[in-house]
Amino acid sequence: MTLVLNNVSKRFGNTTAVDHLSLEIPEKEIFGFLGGNGAGKTTTFRMILGLLSPTAGQIHWNGSFIDHHKSHLIGYLPEERGLYPKLKVREQLIYLGKLRGMTKQEVLTELKNWLERFKVPEYLDKKIEELSKGNQQKVQFISAIIHQPKLVILDEPFTGLDPINVEMLKEAVVDLKEQGTSIVFSSHRMDHVEELCEHLCILHKGKQVVQGALFDIKRTFGKKNLIIHADGSLEFLRHFSGVVQYKPVTQGCILQIENERISQDIFQALQEKEFIRKFELEEPSLNDIFIEKVGADYA
Amino acid sequence: MRKFWIILSHTYMTRVKTKAFLISTIITLLFIIGLANIQSIIDLFSNDDETKKIAIIDESEEMFTSLKEGVESTNDDLELIRYDESEESGKEAVKDEDFAALVVLSMNDKHLPEATYYADTISEAGEQMAIEQQLQQLKVSLATQQAGIDQETLGAIQAPVSFNKVALDESAKTDEEISQARGIVYVMLILLYVSVIVYGMMIAQDVATEKSSRVMEILISSVSPVTQMFAKISGIALLGLTQVGLFIGVGYGIISMKQDEFSGEIFEVFGLQDTSPSVYVYAIIFFVLGYLLYATLAAMLGSLVSRIEDVQQFMTPLIFLIMIAFFMAMFGLSAPQSTFITTSSYIPFFTPMLMFLRVGMLDIPIWEIVLSLCILIGTIILLALLGARVYKGGVLMYGQSSSLRDFKKAIALSKKD
Repeated sequence: MTLVLNNVSKRFGNTTAVDHLSLEIPEKEIFGFLGGNGAGKTTTFRMILGLLSPTAGQIHWNGSFIDHHKSHLIGYLPEERGLYPKLKVREQLIYLGKLRGMTKQEVLTELKNWLERFKVPEYLDKKIEELSKGNQQKVQFISAIIHQPKLVILDEPFTGLDPINVEMLKEAVVDLKEQGTSIVFSSHRMDHVEELCEHLCILHKGKQVVQGALFDIKRTFGKKNLIIHADGSLEFLRHFSGVVQYKPVTQGCILQIENERISQDIFQALQEKEFIRKFELEEPSLNDIFIEKVGADYA
Repeated sequence: MRKFWIILSHTYMTRVKTKAFLISTIITLLFIIGLANIQSIIDLFSNDDETKKIAIIDESEEMFTSLKEGVESTNDDLELIRYDESEESGKEAVKDEDFAALVVLSMNDKHLPEATYYADTISEAGEQMAIEQQLQQLKVSLATQQAGIDQETLGAIQAPVSFNKVALDESAKTDEEISQARGIVYVMLILLYVSVIVYGMMIAQDVATEKSSRVMEILISSVSPVTQMFAKISGIALLGLTQVGLFIGVGYGIISMKQDEFSGEIFEVFGLQDTSPSVYVYAIIFFVLGYLLYATLAAMLGSLVSRIEDVQQFMTPLIFLIMIAFFMAMFGLSAPQSTFITTSSYIPFFTPMLMFLRVGMLDIPIWEIVLSLCILIGTIILLALLGARVYKGGVLMYGQSSSLRDFKKAIALSKKD
């Protein structure tokens, strides 16, 4: 089931939150949805879920609209905690699970399995407000996926978790994908996105600035990083033709170059001058791409 | 429909299980039980007190016996005792609490009684009044005797005038019916007033809690806002029914247990004995519609609030509205036929109270009732539609909830285009 956003815009009064967004989110994949704060991610998610109607454009999932009738197929983890603070984990999940079409027994079986998996079975009868932020996040995550949805939207799922728990949840997300669920994943942590997603899109002020397969995005970005460790001064590389950026480090420098071929010119120039300890051509990280595409306006 | 019941039962169950609900129900039940047993409670305390002794110095030597008879026959707890010593020692005896009071009786020059009352404090009016009244009667009979009027003539003079009221309109309610209707109208007004304030607040708070804890985003992605809103309203209504039902049930149980004590007291005062069944039917109809109207409003207001602390502020207009309706109805109880009440009874926010008051106390043509019901139901439907829109937009609005301008924003946010 493919999720298609066709030229979708959303305006609130004079401000445009989402501007002509077109996306195709493939089935059984984790799709990365990136953007700075206030880029329009949450608004887009709300439109996908049918909570808001787009000002223009259409959203289709497998050929039809999404609304509350399809809620048993959809899972949603909002950026901020969405749980009743006074309810016990058990009551909470039974209520939300029932609303998504499960029976009480099904919820209990699944819930116990998940709590076991997240190594917190003792939380079954604890109130949400008694749990730590990270553990609330686990419960929130379980509530989003307990009904085995076909489409899951995870808005910043790993915030407030320690590295061990992040790994645990990441594994769960990957398992979910392998079982055939399509996942839309939003995060500020580029390393997570790089690790999990095959396709992604970067939103900036409501407009999409990058979109496509991670591999292609890196490729077409063109620019590469070049790490050089060498004896002597590398200062002359600062003005070498094709070098975009020069950043000195203790043992040498890191360069950003326009394309791969420049590295050959640099290598030849260096060879004659210095003793080279390290010469490494590196793919740009998603972080670099994000900063380049989104950060331009901040400067 | 399935989801409607899930939300309804969830709303109901989570509320029923709260400590606040249990405590408030138990306290009210204790209060009802206490109220029903008020006579026994008063007796319990007054039994401990011995009869109050009052010393009488009768300087005229002729009034004591008749005064003693008169006072003791009307007041069980007073005992008049002839006191033969001096006035001063009598006052001392009162100070020593041998007597509750000292009364010095004398005849004036016109041969009419006079009295001086001595007590530690003169704030306890009971015994003082009793003696004064009896003395007054004594004075009247002495004075009339002196004037040569016999007791029979006196009786005829003092008998109340006979004053009969007859309504010429055949269908008009009799005096008795009106006073009975006043009782049930009164009960219904108070019940509606309290329910709207208590349960309306609960609804608004529930919605605000869900919104501020952001569960709402998950909820409205699984259920339509209209279903959610009405499931919530019905859930709280059921809760109210449980509570009020419990109160009425326990109250009724106690009253029927003490049937003899109560028959002819409370029932007659509230006119619950032989009011016609149609009045009860109207009471239920107007109560349910009144609750729905205000509950929808409360849910709508609740959805505009981002923080629970602001609920109170947003509920103020609603509470004012029901208060105005209530006070108008209080006024209407004594003037149900005034143009003011008649006109206002068609304004939907006042209809549940005022139209019911008119139905109960007057004979109004059926078309008037039907018309007001139509306006009321129409308003509820309108409010429900508007409420659902505001609800849908409102629950996604966060930040400062400071003004009713949010109202417009909420509707704009839920627009379908």
